[in-house]
Amino acid sequence: MATSADQTGPEAASTATADVASGASGTPTVTLRLWRGDDTGGSFNDYTVDNLGGEVVLDVVHRVQAEQAPDLAVRWNCKAGKCGSCSAEVNGRPRLMCMTRMSTLDTTQPITVSPLRANPVIRDLVTDVSYNFAVARRIPAFHPGPRDADGTYRMAQVDADRVQEFRKCIECFLCQNVCHVVRDHEENKPHFAGPRFFARLAELEMHPLDTLDRRDLASRELGIGYCNITKCCTEVCPEGIHITDNAIIPMKERVVDARYDPIAWLGRKILRRPAPTPASSTASLSPAGKAHETISTQPRTPAGG
Amino acid sequence: MPEHESHVFDVVVIGAGGAGLRAAIEASAAGARTAIVCKSLLGKAHTVMAEGGVAAALGNVWPEDNWMVHFRDTMRGGKMLNNWRMAQLHAQEAPDRVLELEEWGAVFDRTPDGRILQRDFGGHRYARLAHVGDRTGLELLRTCQQRAVSLGIEVFMECKILHLLKDSSGAVSGAVGFWRESGKPVVFGAKSVVLASGGVGKTWKFTSNSWEGTGDGHALALWAGADMIDMECVQFHPTGMVWPPSARGILVTEGVRGDGGVLRNRDGERFMFNYIPEFYAKETADSIEEADQWYDNKKDFRRPPELLPRDEVARSINSEVKGGRGSPHGGVFLDIASRRTPEYIKRRLPSMYHQFKELADVDITKEPMEIGPTCHYIMGGIRVDADTAATTVPGLYAAGEVAGGMHGANRLGGNSLSDLLVFGRRAGQYAAEHALGMPGDVLVDSGQVQEVMQEALAPFGRETGENPYAVHHELQETMQSLVGIIRTESELLEAKDKLADLDERAAAVGVEGHRQFNPGWHLALDLQSMLAVAHCTTLSAIERKESRGGHTRDDYPASDPELGKVNMVTRLAGTTVTVTPEPLPVMPDELKTLFEEGH
Repeated sequence: MATSADQTGPEAASTATADVASGASGTPTVTLRLWRGDDTGGSFNDYTVDNLGGEVVLDVVHRVQAEQAPDLAVRWNCKAGKCGSCSAEVNGRPRLMCMTRMSTLDTTQPITVSPLRANPVIRDLVTDVSYNFAVARRIPAFHPGPRDADGTYRMAQVDADRVQEFRKCIECFLCQNVCHVVRDHEENKPHFAGPRFFARLAELEMHPLDTLDRRDLASRELGIGYCNITKCCTEVCPEGIHITDNAIIPMKERVVDARYDPIAWLGRKILRRPAPTPASSTASLSPAGKAHETISTQPRTPAGG
Repeated sequence: MPEHESHVFDVVVIGAGGAGLRAAIEASAAGARTAIVCKSLLGKAHTVMAEGGVAAALGNVWPEDNWMVHFRDTMRGGKMLNNWRMAQLHAQEAPDRVLELEEWGAVFDRTPDGRILQRDFGGHRYARLAHVGDRTGLELLRTCQQRAVSLGIEVFMECKILHLLKDSSGAVSGAVGFWRESGKPVVFGAKSVVLASGGVGKTWKFTSNSWEGTGDGHALALWAGADMIDMECVQFHPTGMVWPPSARGILVTEGVRGDGGVLRNRDGERFMFNYIPEFYAKETADSIEEADQWYDNKKDFRRPPELLPRDEVARSINSEVKGGRGSPHGGVFLDIASRRTPEYIKRRLPSMYHQFKELADVDITKEPMEIGPTCHYIMGGIRVDADTAATTVPGLYAAGEVAGGMHGANRLGGNSLSDLLVFGRRAGQYAAEHALGMPGDVLVDSGQVQEVMQEALAPFGRETGENPYAVHHELQETMQSLVGIIRTESELLEAKDKLADLDERAAAVGVEGHRQFNPGWHLALDLQSMLAVAHCTTLSAIERKESRGGHTRDDYPASDPELGKVNMVTRLAGTTVTVTPEPLPVMPDELKTLFEEGH
């Protein structure tokens, strides 16, 4: 990232002592210290607005927009914690602005809101999240086996539960932002998928109907080995997904099982295929497929399309 | 002439919600070079807000269910104003569309024997909604998103479309827009364009819709000469949050009532028993004892009145509040805490538990929720051909909320997600067929492009112009108070005058800063779409002198059988919107019998 989020400009310094207690009308006020700038640099600017109570940070950012800075760039959509658009760092903590209540913050001090640090800044609080969309394209899609004779797929709720935990993900990318492998190491991005996509891999790996094996991909190209399970991702997940315990650790174990199984090793030696290209919708099928599945070695043409 | 970025495709889909993605998947699979253009990032569309489920007569929970029952429920819920053919196709095809999602990786909740579980919802005779807890929309959107990505469909994100381009024959030839990130223009040449831009909720003050719900697709179609139908039919969802103020309007799923939640007034009374309309009396329980037994025995007992269609419930809540029996913050109480165990509530309604805990500091397993009506959905929209999703403009297709007809005067819960899939697929299929049948290349008229961009950039030149946020605020206040849930002639006429005034103010707004990711500027442009919608809704509402579904007239409280046979058609004549009643398509006799035999 070209600019560092703690670079404070002169304008901010001059207004940092703004009265945060109450405005002229007697309504309590609050000061937001917002990062303004673009990929060439920027600074924190202070905006003092009414503190109306019962609000979330995004409400106050919107009021700044409507009253003082109509060109303040910020992404948001649902304002209900369901779409994962309004990710930012509030007082240095990666949060969804729509789910951060003002009453949980100390409003006697300015509240700092800065863009996600792991991403290049586009403008103000809006960052370039294209890395995530690029990684998504590298993961081969779900690939089910045939339906039961009566035309249905059967699955026990307990198996569905395991997968559903990961499918709760709203793609806010807070976990990608806080992961130390890429937070200050842009150079790791090409060979590291990040926690969100390890959860996606785990979801597919644990899906009772899927027939592909993505373990080799996870380890060779998507860098699951870089993760040293500090659980930062789990801590910031607004959906409470146990990314480290339920996705990454089991995936690491399965990768290890596949890599160090001597029969699988021999199979890889003999049958290795070229790695899937980003546009490909099918994975290389390692012979060391899931123990609980019958693996077809012939990728099916995705049906129904 | 300045150079502008341009792309050429066979099919361009505007909107990346469920309908847009499903359309693109189908068009791409049919061999058409397909692109999606969307105003936000991929995967953020309003479809994620759909909670309860997708309605499809799979018959997994109640084998008695089939497409004919679903069709009948949908038509009755829509107060028979629906396009019968759309309702039929929808009911027939929804089960296949749901099963197809499963093939693409969706993981629905399961029955004990491992099939897709279905839940109860208002207006549906049987438990019919395939669901994933209370986050079904997210599952549907993510599944379609992942499918589209795996097919390699090109997605142009954070791009706002300003205008549709037409060729000399009057057919659509593409669209012009700009990148929100840079403010620079971009042109898409296309043989077919699919509008799948969703709803219009941001035109009202209290809404469950996100910032994107500004009616862009409705306006693009109107400006391109397409017909709109029944724009007066707006759904106010009965259960939106009312407290705290910042959460006002956020949706509370109908699943709460489907899973046992009941509505109570200030005195603790289950007031819905006082509002059972004659139309539904035969199938609705008239005592608490009967209603409470229905959850476990649907054969011998009738459904609770809390599960009447949304228009009925919203009106009843409105009456309780007006009668002084509301909750402290102007709503009523939705109580599931006293009726189900905390474990059940958390398992069935995890997002609702989370939402109230985080936003209102309310534990829904211990206390009732305070709720009230919120602007949620527009049943009216672009007039389309039922089978092909073609609009009245050649080369232009529409699917999902932006299209009209499917839901008549009131939409049943769960019928929106199935609508997206059924008609998204059809729009994609026929848009591709149209494009692939056209020889030669698309020619884009640069003159049109320049004109559109010049107009879009005009607010930058008006340094002393009014703040677009102020104009938007006033538009929302106007629509909320004068064209809201209960309407009357004098107020509608007042709204019409105010809108004329707001047109002038919107045309004179000024914006600060520069073109790069400038929300003030974006709002100035979205305002034009919202105003177009507001005009259509207001004019149609004046003309429909009856109460039907989502359109309630204080001065005409009853339904008029004659008006039940017409669509209110709005279209552009020059620069003004006109409204004309035109006859509905007539249902064939073999389908009519479904309503006569007391099915």
